[in-house]
This record gives sequence, structure tokens and C-alpha cells, in this order.
Amino acid sequence: MKLPLPELPQFDYIKAESAERAIDLLQEKGAAARILMGGTDLLVRMRNGALAPTVLVDIKNLPGMSAISFTKKDGLTVGAAVTMNALARNSDVLHHYPLLAEAAESVASYQLRNRATVGGNLCNASPAADTAPAALVLEAELTVMGPKGERTIPAMEFFKGPGVNALEAGEFLARINYSNPPKGWKGRYMKIGRNAGGDLAIVGVAVMGYPDKDAPSDFRFRIALASVAPTTIRVHEAEEILAQNPITETVIGMAAEAAQEAATPIDDVRASARYRNAMVKELTRRGLVDVWSSLKKEA
Amino acid sequence: MIKAMDITVTVNGEVFQKTIEPRLLLSDFIRHELNLSGTHVGCEHGVCGACTILFDGMPTRSCLMFAVQADGHEIRTVEDLGTMEDLHPLQEAFQETHALQCGFCTSGFLMSILPILEESTDLSEEDLKRAMEGNLCRCTGYQNIRDAVQLAAEKMSSGGES
Ligand SMILES: Cc1cc2nc3c(=O)[nH]c(=O)nc-3n(C[C@H](O)[C@H](O)[C@H](O)COP(=O)(O)OP(=O)(O)OC[C@H]3O[C@@H](n4cnc5c(N)ncnc54)[C@H](O)[C@@H]3O)c2cc1C
Ligand code: FES
Ligand code: FES
Repeated sequence: MKLPLPELPQFDYIKAESAERAIDLLQEKGAAARILMGGTDLLVRMRNGALAPTVLVDIKNLPGMSAISFTKKDGLTVGAAVTMNALARNSDVLHHYPLLAEAAESVASYQLRNRATVGGNLCNASPAADTAPAALVLEAELTVMGPKGERTIPAMEFFKGPGVNALEAGEFLARINYSNPPKGWKGRYMKIGRNAGGDLAIVGVAVMGYPDKDAPSDFRFRIALASVAPTTIRVHEAEEILAQNPITETVIGMAAEAAQEAATPIDDVRASARYRNAMVKELTRRGLVDVWSSLKKEA
Repeated sequence: MIKAMDITVTVNGEVFQKTIEPRLLLSDFIRHELNLSGTHVGCEHGVCGACTILFDGMPTRSCLMFAVQADGHEIRTVEDLGTMEDLHPLQEAFQETHALQCGFCTSGFLMSILPILEESTDLSEEDLKRAMEGNLCRCTGYQNIRDAVQLAAEKMSSGGES
């Protein structure tokens, strides 16, 4: 039988047997080499011609890449190659970081979540990355390996632009540490897509809150948004309003408006900027109401 | 220099050794190298679910993987279910509830739903919906497919072979 010609340009596939080998390849080949994790972003971009790497470096099998560990002291550490389904079903994640499980569970469809990794989601640096807002509000730290050894990048400094992350030449993301969030915290990830499952966010909002006696309102909140700016963003203006004023429906409304003001959405195939704008406010409001009512129950 | 690669992969219980180019998609490998054309290819970018196979037991989009990544792994395709004479209870359920028209999406639905039913046949309405969330059907609509999953769950809980 005659085979149809494959349409992709040729490339080499290399399963790196050590971190050093992966780093060497990345250094030697530069932009022509790409890390391959689940491939759910990379294959799509290769298929539509946006990327044409000549070497794919598969690092999923390096030690620790698929590990999830939790300790009371260091919090949660997630290997970059942990899949969304593995994360969303992990008992420590469900118990101590339900927000992260909720975010992972909101990605695409079940079949995709069996391949899609957390590291790929963050490194892809899409403004719509569903686990990025959780990383921002949990103030995660990303450990990368490179020619100079290991270094740690705060999530807040990782997303530089659409598709641009803070990794330097020769570096790859090895693991993500979500240190223990403040005591008594609650969180939600609110997402609207075109359908209930299987699509990128039109708007995503992560909200977390915790009791803090030093804040005038006795509580602090952190809010991060997806799909409404060139990168996922934290909205400190809204957070400040909630720290300074006793929490009421009106104050929550003010914070939601501040989130809306911080958003600079665009029109695209998924939704108009106008709709996104309205939804930032509404999802932020709903998230805050939800988190606030869980916090009150325990206060 | 671009290298072809040798892979060994178990498909539906049979071991295959092939030499392939890294750029060959897993879906194309299954269809054109192994001639297992029951796995369909629709959108080819992860959206529709037609190409769903079981990769080490987990439902996976075969259009979003390269065949070289399957080296050393185990794959099940729709051909591993029943035969024309002896359908799998899940296939029977699809037939009996008219859960397909053109059938293009069917193998993807079957392979998405199969592991869920193999794990548990006690499904809530929410479970039924979630079993179907990753697959698109352009002709039948989803109600009959939902009914098929429910019927299959009944068939499989009462001992499988109805
Ligand atoms: C149909 C469909 C629906 C989707 N829906 C969603 C959705 O709802 N929400 C969402 O957030 N995303 C969605 N996505 C996007 C994608 O599935 C996720 O972003 C996924 O988490 C990417 O992970 P991956 O392992 O597949 O990454 P890959 O595709 O393997 O990699 C992504 C990019 O990051 C780089 N990279 C990966 N790992 C590393 C590393 N360790 N170090 C350095 N660079 C690295 C790669 O080189 C590549 O450029 C969807 C994709 C598809 C095809
Ligand atoms: S062909 Fe693979 S998901 Fe559509
Ligand atoms: S039966 Fe035709 S697409 Fe589903």
C-alpha cells in the first residue's frame, strides 16, 4: 500500500537519558531544539507550521519529572511532566491544594489531560494557560535546570509575553514548588470556555483568600486572570481593596471592577473583548463570594 | 542527520517491530503502517476525539502523539473490542440505542468510554456526561450515545456477555 506523504518537516526525536544531555542538546541546537512533554501544544504548533524544530528532546523520563510529593514543611512539589489527570486525582493535591486540582481538571478533555503536563502548560506561557493563575496566586516557584545548574524563578516573574517565558538558552523546567499557602486559605478557579469541557478559557479567574490579622479587613485575597491580557496576570489593585476594607458585597463589587479595569482583553475566535471584559468582573465577583463564604464558615 | 527509528509496540496484544520516521503521527502509524483503519482521524489537532485509543490503558488522542513515543508501550484500538459476529457489549449497546449514524465518531467514543466502564459500571448522570465530554459527534446528537453508555453499563455489570 502506498503511504500518504507525511506533511511535517523532518526532525530527530531524542529521549534524553540525563539532564546534562538535554541541556547539551538545547545549547548546541538553540532554537532548532524543543522540549517535548505531552506535545498537546507543540504538535498543534508544528502541524500548523508555526514551529519547525529539527530536534525534539523528550525529557519526561528524567528522574523526578513525574513525581508529586507533599511535606508539611515544604508544601507540594510537582514534577514538570506530571499530567493534568495525575495532578487532579492526587490525594495530597485534592486535600491541601483543591484550587490546583480544580484548575488542572478544567484543562481540555479527559483524553488530553492524560497527556497534557503542568510543565508544558506553564512553559507554553499562553495567556489562556489554566494552571498559570493558580501558580500566580499560590506564588509557586519554578525550578529550572540549565548550563549553570539549578535556579528558581518565582511564578510572578515567569510569564513574559504571549508564548514567552523566562527560561534562558539551554534551560528547562524541572519542577514546580507550591509552598504551603497561609493557614486557613480557600481558593477557586472559575473558567468560562465555549463549552463545558475541552476548550481554552474565554476568561479564567483564580481567587484565593486567607485570614490575616494584620490586614485592616482581617483577610487577604489574591486574584489572577487568564485570557484577558498578553500574559496571565495578578491584580494587586483588587487585592488591595479587599485587604483595606471590611469585606461586604459592595467591597467585593469594587474589587471585581478593579479586576475588570486591569484586564486588557482582545477580540478573537473565542469571544469579543467586550464579553471578556464583562465576564472578568462577573467571574471575579463569583469567585470572591464563594471563597469569602468558605472563609466565613471557618471564622 | 535525521534518523529513522526502530520501535517495538504492543497493539491489541500483538507485538510489532517497525522502523519509522520520527515525524510519523501515531494515528497515521496505526492506520497506515498497521492497517488498523478503525481508528479515525477527524480534526487532527486534538479537538474531536475520533482518533482516541488506549495508550497504556488510558484514553489518549493518537493524532497528538508521534509513533516513536509509543516505543515500549501498549496500545488498544477499537479492533480489540468485538468482531462482527460477536460484538462487545459496549458495541451492542451503541447498535441497540442507535448511537451512531455515519459512525465516524464511534470508535473514538467507544475507546473513551471503555476504560470508564471497565473501572466501574455504576455511573451517575454526571459520570455519563463526563464519559462523553472529550468526543464530538456531528450527526447523531448525544442523547442516544448517553443512552448507549447507560445500556452498556447495565450489560457489563450483569456479567458482560449479554
Ligand atoms: C484541543 C485542545 C484543547 C486545549 N485546551 C486547553 C485548556 O482548556 N486549557 C489550557 O490551559 N490548555 C489547553 N490546551 C493546551 C495544552 O493542552 C496545555 O497547555 C498543556 O498543558 C500543554 O502541556 P504539554 O505537556 O502537552 O506541552 P508540550 O506541547 O509538550 O509543550 C508546550 C511548550 O512548552 C515547551 N516545554 C514543555 N515542557 C517544557 C519544560 N519542562 N521546559 C522547557 N520548555 C518546555 C515545549 O517546548 C513547547 O513549546 C489545549 C490543547 C488542545 C490541543
Ligand atoms: S483527530 Fe485526533 S482529536 Fe480529532
Ligand atoms: S455518528 Fe456521524 S459523527 Fe457521530
